Amino acid sequence: MDSMKQSARISRQTWHFAEDVRVQASAVAVGPKEGEGPLASFFDKIHADAYAGQQTWEEAERKLMEDAVNHLLQKASITEQDVDVILAGDLLNQNITTNFTAEKLAIPLMGMYGACSTSMLTLATAAALVNAGYADKAIASCSSHNATAERQYRYPTEYGGQKPPSAQWTVTGAGAGLVGIGGKGPRITYATIGKVTDMGIKDPFDMGTAMAPAAVSTLQSHFQDTGRTPQDYDLIVTGDLAAVGFPIVKELMLTQGYEMEEMYNDCGLMIYNPEQEVFAGGSGCASSAVVTYSYIMDQLNRGLLKSVLVCATGALLSPISYQQGNSIPCIAHAVAFEGGA
Amino acid sequence: MEYVIAFAVGGLICVIGQLLLDVGKLTPAHVMSTLVVSGVVLDFLGVYDKLIDFAGAGATVPITSFGHSLYHGAISEAQRHGLIGVATGIFEVTSAGISAAIAFGFLASLVFKPKG
Repeated sequence: MDSMKQSARISRQTWHFAEDVRVQASAVAVGPKEGEGPLASFFDKIHADAYAGQQTWEEAERKLMEDAVNHLLQKASITEQDVDVILAGDLLNQNITTNFTAEKLAIPLMGMYGACSTSMLTLATAAALVNAGYADKAIASCSSHNATAERQYRYPTEYGGQKPPSAQWTVTGAGAGLVGIGGKGPRITYATIGKVTDMGIKDPFDMGTAMAPAAVSTLQSHFQDTGRTPQDYDLIVTGDLAAVGFPIVKELMLTQGYEMEEMYNDCGLMIYNPEQEVFAGGSGCASSAVVTYSYIMDQLNRGLLKSVLVCATGALLSPISYQQGNSIPCIAHAVAFEGGA
Repeated sequence: MEYVIAFAVGGLICVIGQLLLDVGKLTPAHVMSTLVVSGVVLDFLGVYDKLIDFAGAGATVPITSFGHSLYHGAISEAQRHGLIGVATGIFEVTSAGISAAIAFGFLASLVFKPKG
């Protein structure tokens, strides 16, 4: 492994960060429903109403991302001027949450889109830029909002269309992490970039089934490339597979010889209580971002978790593509964290 | 007894709608259009009026009765004015319902946020 540590490229898909790349600080802002969930005590800002004091849902989502970044800067005791680049994305057409928020922040922007996998896509890229020396400090951030996602991907919010139990509830929230060399915070050691997987699922109300194979593909590549096994991690989470996709991943991984039982969980199952009426569970960019940048970072910092793998899953559909009958292409990106000093 | 029949027949029409949604994987808009057109076809076959006699509100409340009303309006005007009556009569029976939808929609939009 020692010779490997010098190498940034482990394989076509997996990067190793040889420098002391860390998540030096992280922050999260959420809506009211998330604030009633089991992780509420880990959140930096909980808005009491889904409009977050704004005129529209879209403005509310921007407010959430702005809040997350501002809390992050505050916690790290730095200003916007100290940050070289922000890598961010959201689910709305043309990444409007990201673009409008970055204008306010006046930090150079790299807007990215990976649907709900954006959380780890931005973090992996931020770590690579910092490791390579192109940025001293980079912020990775992403957001989603239940009502903006409903409006864009499903039905008008006032329509009240019925949903099957396999549907998921888009998380209202935003998360942000500050990536830099040295200091305190969990180390980012590996990233595995996913390939697009399409198993022919066409039902936009069953994205857990559609995304599960993408998560399995990336997890397998990660374990093969790093020589690790699931048992090397205290916690492995997928981003937003929820109650339908979660058991599929477990089963598919087992058939490939990887037993993932007690250490495996899904952010979409962690963020809400089962009685919160969220169908199969949470989804959206904010599902993995909010859980990673609050609870997981906290546990790593306090030494309660030593080694964590976050595999963020994304369904790369558009309203046009599924209305025209195309199946749902999916992707997953994984980032490995190590806790301790 | 007529309450029970109305409940059962109205409920069965809704079960068909739910099956179209869950098993047929139709969108809510497709389910609605399918039920309206079914009402038209059933009225053309002379079935729907008998269903109303039998089930009362069980047949007049579900959206299928909208198709039934469209058909009735079109046919009765056609008998008076010929082919042009189909166009002028189609909304004759249903115009009160449509006007009410527009008026109440407008009133609701004054109180709530119409754009979500």
